[in-house]
Amino acid sequence: MLTLVNSPSPDQQNVARDLTETFYRQMYTIRKVEQNLLDLFAQGYITGTVHTSMGQEACDVGVVNSLDRSKDIIFSNHRAHGQFLAYCDDVEGLIGEIMGKETGVCLGIGGSQHIHRENMYTNGVQGGIVPNAVGAALAEKIKGTGAITVVFLGDGTMGEGVVYESFNIASLWSLPVLFLLIDNGIAQSTPKHLEHAGELETRAMTFAIDSASIEADDVNKVYSTACEVVNKVREHSRPFFLHVKAARLGPHSKGDDTRSKEEIEFLKQKDPLLKIAESLPVDLRMEIEQKIDARIQTAVEKAMLASHPGLEQLRRV
Amino acid sequence: MEKNPNAILLGEDILDPYGGAFKVTKGLSTKFPQRVFTTPISEASIAGLTVGMALRGMRPIAEFMFGDFITLAADQIVNHAAKYIGMYGDQMKLPMVLRTPVGGGRGYGPTHSQSLEKMFLGLPMFHILAPSHFVHPGEILVQAISGSYPTLFLENKLLYPEVLKLEQHIGAINRTVHFDEHNYPVVVLSNFPDNRKADIAIVAYGGISRLLGPVLNQLAQEEIWITACLPVSLSPLPIKLIQAKTEGIKKILVIEEASPAFGWGSEVSAALYDAHAGQLDGPILRIGAANSVIPASKPLEEKVIVSEEKILSTVFEVMAW
Repeated sequence: MLTLVNSPSPDQQNVARDLTETFYRQMYTIRKVEQNLLDLFAQGYITGTVHTSMGQEACDVGVVNSLDRSKDIIFSNHRAHGQFLAYCDDVEGLIGEIMGKETGVCLGIGGSQHIHRENMYTNGVQGGIVPNAVGAALAEKIKGTGAITVVFLGDGTMGEGVVYESFNIASLWSLPVLFLLIDNGIAQSTPKHLEHAGELETRAMTFAIDSASIEADDVNKVYSTACEVVNKVREHSRPFFLHVKAARLGPHSKGDDTRSKEEIEFLKQKDPLLKIAESLPVDLRMEIEQKIDARIQTAVEKAMLASHPGLEQLRRV
Repeated sequence: MEKNPNAILLGEDILDPYGGAFKVTKGLSTKFPQRVFTTPISEASIAGLTVGMALRGMRPIAEFMFGDFITLAADQIVNHAAKYIGMYGDQMKLPMVLRTPVGGGRGYGPTHSQSLEKMFLGLPMFHILAPSHFVHPGEILVQAISGSYPTLFLENKLLYPEVLKLEQHIGAINRTVHFDEHNYPVVVLSNFPDNRKADIAIVAYGGISRLLGPVLNQLAQEEIWITACLPVSLSPLPIKLIQAKTEGIKKILVIEEASPAFGWGSEVSAALYDAHAGQLDGPILRIGAANSVIPASKPLEEKVIVSEEKILSTVFEVMAW
């Protein structure tokens, strides 16, 4: 396993300080949008499923901000709201989408798990997006765009065989793809020790893929590591496997958490949002929060009034 | 690949000098070394890579060594290719082709002889094409990869050595070509003079074409007049065109190489019944393989899959009604 520099250089520290406010805005937006979505679900305004990113905001924000949004590509899974907001900040589009309204980013057809905007694609089936990401990386390499592709995986996804096929091909063909494993230690309701033999951190190494492991409790740390890794992937056109240990503070979906209160309380002590909040002046924080609260409230109200998509908006052959 | 610089080829054992298990890609890796990739034995990822490349503007073509292996890519076909193109509320193009040899008759046995297309027929936003030897398969492949839809392209193994029959007159057979709404050809064969009408309509596709040439010529000698429709596009089904070409014919046979239960022929039969009910003389019959595994033993395999004899005996049975 590569040793990554855990403490950033002075330059990186400056950049990180400048970015703290931006990171807080993004992380707070994600947390608040997710809380609103859970409330809307409880009130019957959302059907189906809502997989929230609460507790994983530092990873989503740290990684997405390390990318070149003008060309890099993101593939993600069922738990992608946080990455989507960090990527494009489209609060209205996301809320509308999850409420099944035509103002949604995909007209309300895709819903929570199936979102696409610009270079970001999500899909709700585990594992299958991984070869898609490798294919995208191959396409960009052939085109010579210099874009890299990041694909977000969960620890549960590591049970899918196609993930390992993809590791093999990405390494064999030397493709610029970052496998980003958010390991929250629980797959829906099943703890990791009932799903996986051995360690997840080292699984890509046998395919000669450089790997590293970090905690997701500090967004600045995730960001600086992600920048380093993304540069490596881009510069050498090689895959990289970054294992990020995170806490899922919310349920898998809606209110289906079977973990004990004590366990959740323990995880909350590592809440990355609290950590970053502490580093900001209270006045500034309050100002940021009020603006975001109002913005989300407006987005919810707009989505409430919006129409559902019609049959004519569905593509058919 | 000459015409389209974004065309990328990938698959197992496709590099020269081997050139693929059925030699379809022979020469291409020499001519286009940067655009032909031999892959590990990873069918799910081969399909997954083609989807990812198509999302990013390339026009990938993947070879599956045997059609039987397409099940390994089912998740990519159903939940990725056919979903990306339909679920994001946009007009995305996803031009990608999965090519694969299908069918029996070569003694390959249960897992290398099947025609599994029924598993994907009717899947929205996904096209399934099966050229016969009465059309130019290369032109159809170029058309598919130049289009907008993810496509499964079926190549019947027994058609590989056949000579293409693209003339208007083939023995007693008259061949005309019509085009469906996606501009894929539907070949219509007839074996009777202008002053006659068809006794039986046959609807079939792919490798069945190999049997239809001799069958139609023989039936012409016996003055049994046939109109045969061979669509290239199995799904979506160009049913309006087939309905029009079978209009007024009182007996209908639908022939496919797969076992007919819950299959393409069932859909064609139901759709033709919708159009022609009341004017038919007897039921629409479906001919296909026995509902069993395809045995390796060659003599037994011949009894299981569709043969000229099976078609002829069914025609005589229908004529006796």
